[in-house]
Amino acid sequence: MSDPACEAKPACEAKPACEAKPAYEAKPASPEPRFEPKIVAFLCNWCTYTGADLAGTSRIQYPPNVRIIRLMCSGSVDPTYVLKPLLDGADGVLIGGCHPGDCHYQSGNYKARRRTIALKEILRGAGIDETRVWLRWISASEGQRFADTVTEMTEFLREKGPNPMRTEWAV
Amino acid sequence: MEQEPRIGVYVCHCGVNIAAAVDVEHVARAAAELPGVVVARDNTYMCSDPGQALIKQDIREHGLNRVVVASCSPRMHERTFRAAAQQEGVNPYQVEMANIREQCSWVHRDKSRATEKAGLLIASAVAKAARLEPLEQREVDVTPGVVIIGGGIAGMTVALDVADTGLPAYLVEREESLGGRVAELNRTFPSLQPVSDLLQPLIARVQDHPNVTVFLTSCVSQVDGYIGNFEVEISGYGETGTPAGGDPASKSGTPRAGLSVGSIIVATGYDVFDPQRTPELGYRDYPNVITSLEMEERLIQGDLTVDGRRPERVAFVKCVGSRDARLGNPHCSRVCCMYTAKQARLVREMLPEAEVTVFYIDVRAFSKGGEEFYDETRSQGVRYRRANVSEIYRKRSAPGVDAGLAPRAGAAPVLLVAEDTLLGQPIEFEADLVVLAVGMEPRKNAGVIQKLLKLPRSADGFFLEAHPKLRPVDTAMDGIFLAGCCQGPKDIPDTVAQAKAAASSALIPLIRGSVPVESASAVVNGELCAGCAMCADVCPYDAAALDDLWGTSRINPVLCKGCGACAVTCPSSAIHLQHFTAEQVLAQVDALVE
Repeated sequence: MSDPACEAKPACEAKPACEAKPAYEAKPASPEPRFEPKIVAFLCNWCTYTGADLAGTSRIQYPPNVRIIRLMCSGSVDPTYVLKPLLDGADGVLIGGCHPGDCHYQSGNYKARRRTIALKEILRGAGIDETRVWLRWISASEGQRFADTVTEMTEFLREKGPNPMRTEWAV
Repeated sequence: MEQEPRIGVYVCHCGVNIAAAVDVEHVARAAAELPGVVVARDNTYMCSDPGQALIKQDIREHGLNRVVVASCSPRMHERTFRAAAQQEGVNPYQVEMANIREQCSWVHRDKSRATEKAGLLIASAVAKAARLEPLEQREVDVTPGVVIIGGGIAGMTVALDVADTGLPAYLVEREESLGGRVAELNRTFPSLQPVSDLLQPLIARVQDHPNVTVFLTSCVSQVDGYIGNFEVEISGYGETGTPAGGDPASKSGTPRAGLSVGSIIVATGYDVFDPQRTPELGYRDYPNVITSLEMEERLIQGDLTVDGRRPERVAFVKCVGSRDARLGNPHCSRVCCMYTAKQARLVREMLPEAEVTVFYIDVRAFSKGGEEFYDETRSQGVRYRRANVSEIYRKRSAPGVDAGLAPRAGAAPVLLVAEDTLLGQPIEFEADLVVLAVGMEPRKNAGVIQKLLKLPRSADGFFLEAHPKLRPVDTAMDGIFLAGCCQGPKDIPDTVAQAKAAASSALIPLIRGSVPVESASAVVNGELCAGCAMCADVCPYDAAALDDLWGTSRINPVLCKGCGACAVTCPSSAIHLQHFTAEQVLAQVDALVE
């Protein structure tokens, strides 16, 4: 919905008489503007979301490319939750759940695993690069592992380049 | 009743915790322009009384029906803000949080990118808030009773406090007897009271208490459930005396008991640093180099002789395995300064003619009466020398030392090589007996408890408290609390204080009789349901079942725990998980991916 032609305005409707704001929308002036992938992460409340909090309390730094949505269980990740960001132009989707055997709801993570395998098959069939979807088990005590996963995924997607679906679906 | 969303957005500076990495005023201004937002403000501390008063005032003045707080993790303060909103008549489930501290300002240093991300997270929270529906708060009854893992002084203190309220306490100890590490000690500091004087009555009280059940040579092998209703399985701890480590499943015997309790307390204690990891100090190479814990045993037995000889020069080396990042232990063990002073004093008493020298990096005598005890120790003739000991060895020329006689050379003195850090000079010091003041480490098998209870650990390997200052005995898991050295090194008074704190925290839900639980259950739309019963197949709690009369699915909201598996499985999209509906989640996706 944001149009590159309307300069440095936030994506939402800007109200008039809004004082001069710092130009954070503008990309930082780095010599070689790197591609910054957008990652949408669906994290289960009990393990990976808490693990991400632990990365915070431990001040473990990782790239800001990940945007987290909290769900109660990785087993509640609907295939549309993964498809929609990919079709909207996100470069990757991370699903984070408890380690096998540790699910707060007994078996939600196994359901997530089966569903993700099937979904990847469908993505492949539809010509969408299924390696953009990552399913990882990260427990509440693995703040470092969360940070490492985000770093690794950001590097992976940076190498891979922007999600082509974005341009193909834009109207 | 459909309400037009009227959203208030509150962005917290958290002092500088958020403001240092995120331009808070900017994101608050940007939030004001999001759809449905009536008012957006920033405040130094949203969780403070003035911060909450601000929210309440806005709810009254602007007629807000939804509140978005952008601050710390919802795990930290969601309850606070829900309660504040509820007081002004806003349904607590129409409060949404944007986690811009733990998941943004604390993990990103680039201010412009952190600000951009914070703005997106707030937009996502606003998008969800606009679609939030009011829900009824639910409570479940709790099972009275507490399982305490570890029968040391911390665990026993907790058990007695719980039992004295009349509730059952289950004390699980893997060894054959209660007492833990304290049972290995001789006297306390600074009172020099024999440890057995305080430990034996405590053990006796625990064993005689009608409300305490003690499980010896046992371990916790399985934990299910949640705050208020944990199911804990107790198994035998295999052969006694097996070294720590490994997983309990392989060592534990048949299950001994299945317990239903409301709270769990972890009081698993610590391990002592093994100085074989500092081979330069000669531990195990020379029989007259011993650890402080071995010294405690000798003091209990009243025998300080080395190979039958009374030592004339006794040296203590402090900070062995503590304050040493090289060994992975950058932390201070907090007790070594005081127990070394105590041992040095006792050696002076038992061997008045011996010369007693303490080699230290710093002296930290902070406990109550500690500094006075340290002063008294020095005035009694114990010499303190500020020096880093780099090596302990025995000269080849020492009497009785050669290849063939080495095992008999126990009494031969050793040489401490050190740098006197006040003089700035290397020194050598001969001693007949060297005591290494070893520090505390996390239990080697702490990972077992970590996995079993899903507890986070801090960088030093000890269990992590929920908040370093305000929630020092709570953990990230509701209903599970920490007591004693499993959370970090402590002396006996601090351990007992923490144990008593853990006991009262653990008792809160038990005495209250109920705990609030997730109201967000799954709901079936009967109009869409085709009656395939796939939801009943996937439900781990048997909450979904077909209605006898209508043939469509019904979900029992008391049994439903809100995992959402059925909602994803339903081929007719007839089920939605309240508070995490597809509409809400996809709106969040829209806000995050412009």
